Amino acid sequence: MTNKLKFFISIGLVLFLSGCKLVIFDPKGSIAADEKDIIIISTLLMLIVVIPVIIMTFLFAWRYRASNKKATYMPEWAHSVKIEMVVWTIPLIIITILAIITWKSSHKLDPYKPLNVSGEPITIEVIALDWKWLFIYPDENIAVINYMQIPENRPINFKITADAPIWIPQLGGQIYAMPGMQSKLHLIAHEKGSYDGFSASFSGPGFSGMKFIAKVSSEKDFLNWVHLVGQSQDQLNILEYNKLAKPSENNIPQYYSDVENNLFKTVIAKYMMPVGGINKNMEKM
Amino acid sequence: MFGKLTINAIPFNEPIIMLTGLVVAIMGLVIVGAVFYFKKWKWLWNEWITSVDHKKIGIMYIIVAIIMLFRGLADAILMRSHLALSAGSPHGYLPPHHYDQIFTAHGVIMIFFMAMPFMFGLLNLIVPLQIGARDVAFPFLNSLSFWLFVVGAVLVMLSMFVGEFAATGWLAYPPLSELAFSPGVGVDYYIWSLQISGLGTLLSGINFFVTIMKMRCPGMNLMKMPIFVWTALCSMILVIIAFPVLTVSLGMLALDRYLGMHFFTSDFGGNFMMYINLIWTWGHPEVYILVLPGFGIFSEIVATFSHKRLFGYTAMVWATFVITILSFIVWLHHFFTMGAGANVNGFFGIATMIIAVPTGVKIFNWLFTMYRGKIIFSVPMLWLLGFLVAFTFGGMTGVLMSVPAADFQLHNSLFLIAHFHNTIIGGVVFAYLAGFTYWFPKAFGFKLDEKLGKMSFWCWTIGFYLAFIPVYILGFMGMTRRLNHYDIASGWQPYLIVASIGTLIISLGVGFLVVQIIVSIMKRNQYRDKTGDPWNGRTLEWSIPSPPPFYNFAIIPKVTSRDAFWKTKQDMVNNNMQEKPHYEDIHMPKNTGVGFMIAAFSLVFCFSLVWHIIWLAIVGFVGMIACVIFRSFDNEIDYYVKADEVEKLEIEILNRNR
Repeated sequence: MTNKLKFFISIGLVLFLSGCKLVIFDPKGSIAADEKDIIIISTLLMLIVVIPVIIMTFLFAWRYRASNKKATYMPEWAHSVKIEMVVWTIPLIIITILAIITWKSSHKLDPYKPLNVSGEPITIEVIALDWKWLFIYPDENIAVINYMQIPENRPINFKITADAPIWIPQLGGQIYAMPGMQSKLHLIAHEKGSYDGFSASFSGPGFSGMKFIAKVSSEKDFLNWVHLVGQSQDQLNILEYNKLAKPSENNIPQYYSDVENNLFKTVIAKYMMPVGGINKNMEKM
Repeated sequence: MFGKLTINAIPFNEPIIMLTGLVVAIMGLVIVGAVFYFKKWKWLWNEWITSVDHKKIGIMYIIVAIIMLFRGLADAILMRSHLALSAGSPHGYLPPHHYDQIFTAHGVIMIFFMAMPFMFGLLNLIVPLQIGARDVAFPFLNSLSFWLFVVGAVLVMLSMFVGEFAATGWLAYPPLSELAFSPGVGVDYYIWSLQISGLGTLLSGINFFVTIMKMRCPGMNLMKMPIFVWTALCSMILVIIAFPVLTVSLGMLALDRYLGMHFFTSDFGGNFMMYINLIWTWGHPEVYILVLPGFGIFSEIVATFSHKRLFGYTAMVWATFVITILSFIVWLHHFFTMGAGANVNGFFGIATMIIAVPTGVKIFNWLFTMYRGKIIFSVPMLWLLGFLVAFTFGGMTGVLMSVPAADFQLHNSLFLIAHFHNTIIGGVVFAYLAGFTYWFPKAFGFKLDEKLGKMSFWCWTIGFYLAFIPVYILGFMGMTRRLNHYDIASGWQPYLIVASIGTLIISLGVGFLVVQIIVSIMKRNQYRDKTGDPWNGRTLEWSIPSPPPFYNFAIIPKVTSRDAFWKTKQDMVNNNMQEKPHYEDIHMPKNTGVGFMIAAFSLVFCFSLVWHIIWLAIVGFVGMIACVIFRSFDNEIDYYVKADEVEKLEIEILNRNR
């Protein structure tokens, strides 16, 4: 097997502001903000049962201690329709509400669903390599290792393959990247900043060093950056790609102007037909 | 001649491993030497190794579980201390390859070789006693199951000193676990140790299922069984359905690795997501296999120490059954991030959270058992209270992660790690330690020291919160699992240091447990249980002497209600009648060493497969089959204890306890 892109890793694009600690509760994009709300609402709903249970545990234990002669003792009392009704009904109601939230949010925040916001989406093709990230901007015809820059307030369409979930706590949740398959993720950032990102699913010895910087900037700065990358001497053709795909650890950011046509699809197809050649059907992807 | 096995397989350059190996070797030599010195080989062989007595097998299971707990705990301390030290550079003190093996081994050992044997130990000890039986349905199979499990544990321990263990995470996800990315023997050790111990587990599952269905004493219909027996039954149903899936998934992974097939490779049409689906089809029921008997243990304890009937018995049974069934349709919640689509994720998310309803009902039933009771705060009851708080909290974080949109943020982060440790320590481990304390006097005839038990409990509880609340917070801070090192700027280090301190306090709790056992053995005459009923119990196991005679019940009891022994005690107070017992001949199984022999050959078989020593693997395999054939021609498998001998033994026990 020549291809060193491997397994399933969960790419976590973990983006968070330096200095700000509880990243999940400090969203910088609408998807992440919705997910934060769901975490908080669900927790509050469950606390309706959890807090009484914990209080009752201590209350009953104390009240009915053997040394307390004042407490009622009913050794044969073991059934009460009223209590049983309550203890089945209340969890049932809470879980029903939670189930409705689950169903709605699963659809609303389906990572495959394009965002319903204005603005021209930017497509980024992500390839997880051993042990580094390759970001290809097909429309801009540039590629970057372990670094990505995006403009604020524009939807980002990630197409992801080989190898890991992609996690951006402040922009939105994770999705797996898998060889021979393409997964999608739609995110948007509303605030400028530099965030760290890394892989969320264990993939071997170089896993801990599989990190990158993600920078959210203004539209203008983004275009300047694209221009800058376009000046790079390095070009990402198949030959260069094969060298890059060999395992390496703790890579520093690297820029490529000009990217081989359909590189992303070639990488997926490689697993589908190890003998070589791109299937015509792949064009539809 | 020796396949891939060379002298280089021993990691001479790893000082930590070599030192551990040295200590293990010295301890082994001391034990072997002691057995020689006290001339106990014959006793060991006749009384323990060849024993088919469910009580002795149960005790052996628990001993191995506690030994493996030490190994798993040592791994935990290594990981936690490494992470506390690995901010920035240098990257801690464990190189990735060693660190990766440690977290893999920690998970594998704690689940397969600590929790599982602890559960089977308690089941072995108590289930036959609670249903008024003299042994399990298939005593020889029981011995075989135990020794097959021991082989699995031996292989895992061996991998530390000869070769390596898997460095893939505890479920060995391909393609990482495929030959292309893990060419060493680590994954092979993983496969064969789980295959052989999994076979033992499956046989045990069948054994206990049949035991509970067929060997209950007269009058004990299903709805009169103690709840522990009910939960054991449901757990065994899960074992019988789920473990073959594990066997098949690991078998296909083995075919990929040994014969170059492509079930789970990323190319040539293989699909590793299929492995992940299959392994969790087993893996999710597995957590219920562990926790259901835990629920059963607490149901017994709460009724006994509240001196009151269990509240809502019928609801408890139905809740257990609902959990059993639901546990098979939730596996996908382990990988919502696969991208299966909103409908699929929504379905599995809702199925998962429905489990919270019957579980919640159970918790309320325990609470209302305490209500209007007379509670004695003995050690098992403390574990129950600790469990109620910890498990409720752990359940809540679990339901939170069953919402796919929330899981996208929490998956594979340390929040997940904190959640499952919360339920497995707070649920499973607390339950087993409670059960251990509760039934110890039944197994050995004397109680455990209360004061040391309480100290162990407080260390475990405080250590647990100290160790895992920071881990929850780290999850919110975006730290992923299995990281080897991280930047100082992340701000994670203080939390990891607190977590390490928590781990040390838990270790102290384990230390107190050991001291408790030693002190109790030394003071055993003082703590002697002469009544057979030290806690004023309710179920049949307390109606016989502690420790029970090898035939358990001199006269098989007849049951007319739930809490059969409680009823008997009430009746005795009311009528004060004492009939003269009438004894009959007792039919008992003979001890046999065949189970041990089969397991010994299976060790040879698995070890040589790991190292590709084909001829030796054939020897091992033929040996196993030959033993089975030998056993099938053996007709001397049972005997009778004559009625007058039973009478003599019973009088002896009475006199001893007078």
